[in-house]
Order: sequence, then structure tokens, then C-alpha cells
Amino acid sequence: MVQERTLPMFQAASAQISAEEGLRLFEDMVLGRYFEDRCAEMYYRGKMFGFVHLYNGQEAVSSGVIKSLRPDDYVCSTYRDHVHALSAGVPARNVMAELFGKETGCSRGRGGSMHLFSSEHNFLGGFAFIGEGIPVALGAAFQSKYRRDALGQNDADQVAACFFGDGTTNNGQFFECLNMAALWKLPIIFVVENNKWAIGMAHERSTSQPEIYRKAGVFGIPGVEVDGMDVLAVHAAAQTAIARARAGEGPTLIECLTYRFRGHSLADPDEMRSKEEKQAWQARDPLSKFEAYLLEQKLAGEPELKAIKQKIQDTVDEAVKFAEESPDPSPDELHRYVFAEE
Amino acid sequence: MAETFLFNALREAIDEEMGRDETVFVLGEDVGHYGGSYKVTKDLYQKYGELRVLDTPIAENSFTGMAIGAAMTGLRPIIEGMNMGFLLLAFNQIANNAGMLRYTSGGNYKIPMVIRGPGGVGRQLGAEHSQRLEAYFQAVPGLKIVACSTPYNAKGLLKSAIRDDNPVLFFEHVLLYNLKEDLPNHEYLVPIDRAEIVRSGKDVTLLTYSRMRHHVMQAVKTLEKDGFDPEVIDLISLKPIDFETIGASIQKTHRVIVVEECMRTAGIAAEIIASINDRCFDELDAPVLRLSSQDIPTPYNGKLESFTIVQPKQIVEAVKKMMALQV
Repeated sequence: MVQERTLPMFQAASAQISAEEGLRLFEDMVLGRYFEDRCAEMYYRGKMFGFVHLYNGQEAVSSGVIKSLRPDDYVCSTYRDHVHALSAGVPARNVMAELFGKETGCSRGRGGSMHLFSSEHNFLGGFAFIGEGIPVALGAAFQSKYRRDALGQNDADQVAACFFGDGTTNNGQFFECLNMAALWKLPIIFVVENNKWAIGMAHERSTSQPEIYRKAGVFGIPGVEVDGMDVLAVHAAAQTAIARARAGEGPTLIECLTYRFRGHSLADPDEMRSKEEKQAWQARDPLSKFEAYLLEQKLAGEPELKAIKQKIQDTVDEAVKFAEESPDPSPDELHRYVFAEE
Repeated sequence: MAETFLFNALREAIDEEMGRDETVFVLGEDVGHYGGSYKVTKDLYQKYGELRVLDTPIAENSFTGMAIGAAMTGLRPIIEGMNMGFLLLAFNQIANNAGMLRYTSGGNYKIPMVIRGPGGVGRQLGAEHSQRLEAYFQAVPGLKIVACSTPYNAKGLLKSAIRDDNPVLFFEHVLLYNLKEDLPNHEYLVPIDRAEIVRSGKDVTLLTYSRMRHHVMQAVKTLEKDGFDPEVIDLISLKPIDFETIGASIQKTHRVIVVEECMRTAGIAAEIIASINDRCFDELDAPVLRLSSQDIPTPYNGKLESFTIVQPKQIVEAVKKMMALQV
């Protein structure tokens, strides 16, 4: 018997999304899923190295939040960053090339899986250590407020979305940044992807208050608990939080209850989680669930969805081909980028 | 010319740069209403407002990370470390993000940021407040490290550091804030990558930085009386080291003593000596010597504390001993 928190109810029917919006979310989720599946394949074929943390199972969170943002908003991620980068608009070919360590990668082959960056897409980065991305996202949000309030730039209303996991919420930077965000009413959204496990440490074994969304309350920040396997529920919560942030009313914490379908990284034997638990969550696959919803609500037909899947399959195929064919960074440029050039 | 305290020279630098560039802002503990623990930002919040002179909660790692995020997105933060030792709490943000992020991002982001504040051994402040973090941070790629030593260079260096597009750790010394000097009335900059030849001489090159510059100059007074002619170079830039200036001096003197306030093990001198051996071993007439602080936590007791750091008398003795070597 798998003990789970009662998931918050969300009335999808009341979400009233357009067919266009539904397909946009679906396409982004398919991209996240197919891209990561291909990463696993490429890792086992020796095309990429190091620690590779895949996002399978959590797609509703990335798509639900990031696809609710504007392109000029900021996204800040963790070591599990491929799909956040994709949702933020970083082309799949540049993410794949980075994982292959190529010069055409979004970090020019210097970063790797846990250090994806794209200034062009306001993607502030993959941050490999726990919690260190939160203050960086806070800084982007501060910058937005600074431009508006100190420099009088009225169009400076960019919001920063900051992603991190359940394990990070026991880290000091989480609490320090909630405090400063609330204190200065910064336009930031803290998105906790609670997938129940910090590698092999069960969430309940590591924290005195497992309901993370409740931790926002002591800072006077709205804390929202969301079914992280339901993209529409995440999307709705994100929209509310973004509107609040943009209006200058301050931060929101969204706790998304989700699950990763693979081990912590591809190097993790994944021996701690029970088969029953994995099956129970697998049965709630956010992608199948949303696909069924789109069909039920007649927002899309089978051929349309099939065409999207084919398109994404082609995108990922092309990304691998691009990555394979791209050159390695030149050894002549080993020292480039240590300092900003004049 | 106006006689200016070192802390006010720094304040003038910040004031001028904030006036010149609206993306420059200050953040840290007690920098606003309180005016900074050494009054370097006194009353600036009244002139520039509370967002541009931002009092932060005591959360070093997070407000440092916040400054990095602000720098990545177009602002130019100046962090005041109330005491540079507190920045040990921000080591992760300074090393992993300020230092390495430009490289790991393949040049996607630059991080124009200054982290400044008092370091060094003061007067019986105890071990934790008497740190010399320049030695700990020198191994981090992507950081520039600067140490000022006079009101004149403090002002000109800080202005240059603020305009630099890289993260700069800017060390002031807790015992030098009340130094006074006549400063020019016109605007000036001092480059952060050049060592300063404080005294030209031909016998021996004394390399030093920060407060030890003043200990060295005290020693030089005695040495002059005894007929010696040392060259004194203030390193200014602790990373990268200005080997051009050092190399030229060694070609002249063929002897080097490094006088530093950091601890001996893996200190600034350790790196300089290794590099001198790599670059100009054949020029040397004697092994390079280093006078460093003892490898111990700085003791509270005043007498023990004075034995922990290098005193002028030791510098005099070291020079005489080196000059007595027959080659």
C-alpha cells in the first residue's frame, strides 16, 4: 500500500483553455518527454557523460509554469534542467549539442548537463548545487523591481520563475530568499517540484513539515499546493502567481506534487523507491492524462496529436544529428570565457 | 587637493560611480541607514534611495547570489562585506557562480560585480574577524582580487573595479580606514591590474600589499639609514599578478622578499614565488624569501597577535641577511 498525500482537487473543466493553448502545452510536454528519452539512449551509447538527471514524469510542471510566462521573463533551474531550458525556448539542437559537449551547445560545450545557459532566452541557468539558483533568480527579480522603482522604467515588469526540488527546501538559501522576496515584494515565483525523493532520502525522513507550501505562510507569501501531474492545474496556479508578481504584489510559492519516472540521475540504481510507489505514479503519467483530456474535450483529434508527436520526433532526431555533426570546442579556446573580454 | 580619509576616498568612489551609472548599486549589511560599519556608505541612501543602497538581512550566501543574478541581468552591484571574513558564508556563490559561471555558460553571461570590505588582522578582533581571505580565494578561476593600501589608490582602484565587467574581490584593511592623504580634485582612475612601484631601488625587491606596505615602508626608513636601497612594489592586483612589473624589478635587483599578511601556507607569496621560479629563476642571486603570518588562528592576546603577523624589524633583518649573502 502506497501512502500518499491527498492530492488537491482541480476542476479541469473550469480551466477553459483554448485548443491552441492546449496544443502548445501538449507539444512542449511531448518535447520534454521525447528529448529526455533520447538523452537516456545517447548516454547509454556513450554520447554524453557525467551526471545526467532526467525529467520524465515532471513535464506538467515545466510546461505549466514556463509556458505561462512571457519570453522576456526569467527562468532559473537546477541540475535537472534540460526540460526547463526547452520550455524556455532554448532550441533542442543547442541543448543536445551541449550534452554532447560541442561548440554549438548552448554553453559552448563548457557547461554540460547541469550547466545549461542561454542569455538570449533569459534562461539563467542550470545550477548544479542545491539551492544556489534561488538567490540568482531572486537577483533577476530584484533587477526587474530596481528598473521599475529606482530607474522609473515602467515597462520593467519581468517575472522570475525559480525551480527547485523538495530536498532544497531544507537548505538555508530557500528560507533566506523567501524572506527577502517577501520583504521587498519581488516578482518571483518559487516552484517546488516535490518528487518525494532527494536521491535516496525520502522527503518525510528529511523534513519536519512535509507540506512545503505551508512554509510560505510564515513569510506572508501565498503557498499553493498543486497536483503536479496535471498541467492545467499547474498552468492555472502559475497564471495567478505571475499576475500577482507582475502587478508588484510579490512572490508566490507553488508546491507541485510530482514524481520522477527514472532514478535521480542515470548513474542512480534507483533501489530505494518501491515498485508499488513507482507504479502508482506511473499510472498518473501527466502526458497520457493531458492527451486524454484534449481528446475528451474535443480540443484536438487523434491525427493532430499524432502529427505533433511526429514533429517532435523529427525535432529530436534533428537535434541528435546536429549534435553529432557539430565540432568540439577548439583547444585554442581552452582559456576563453574565464574573464569577460574587453 | 583635499585631505581625505581612506574610508571617505572609498565613499567618494562609490558616490561618483553611482552618479555616473544608474545601474550601480550597493547592498550589504547595514550599508544604508547605518552608513556601513566603517562609514564608507554614510548617507548615500538619502541621495540614491533605499533600493540603490540596499540594507540586506544577514544572509551572506543569498544576498551574494542575489547580486550575481542582478549582475547577470544588467546591473552592477557592489557588495559590502561588513567584515570580509563573513564572506566565507558566501563561498559557494563567490566561487561557483561569481567565479565560474561566465566560463561554464560559455560566455553567455558576464558578472560585473565588486565585493568589498575590511579584511586583515586588526587590533585584537579575535580569529574570525582577522581573516585574510585573499589567500583562500586566489585559486578560484574567474575572480579578480585587488587590495588597496592608500586613500589615493583606494579611490581610483574602486572606481576601476566598479567599471570592470568581471567579479572583483576588493580588499580594504581594517586598520587603514583612517589614513589621510591629499587627493586630486579632478576625477582619476587607477588600473586594477598594475602593481605600484612605491619606491625605486636597486638592492632588493620587496613585494607587498595592503597594510604590510606600511610595515615595509617603516622598515625601509631604517634600511635607508643603514645604507640600503630597496625597491618596494605594492602588488595591488593579487589576481592576476602583474609579473611584468615584478620581472622588470628582478632584472634590476636580482633579489626578492615577499611580505604578506596572509598565512604562510598556500598564501599569496607561495604562488608568487613559484611563478618567479618559473619565469625568471636565472635572474635570481638568492632564493626568494617570504615573510608571512604564522599558520595559526589569530590569537586575541595583543602580544601574541603581534607575533602572528610580520613586524618591520623582521623585514629589516631579512633584507640585511639577504644582502649579506655572497654571490
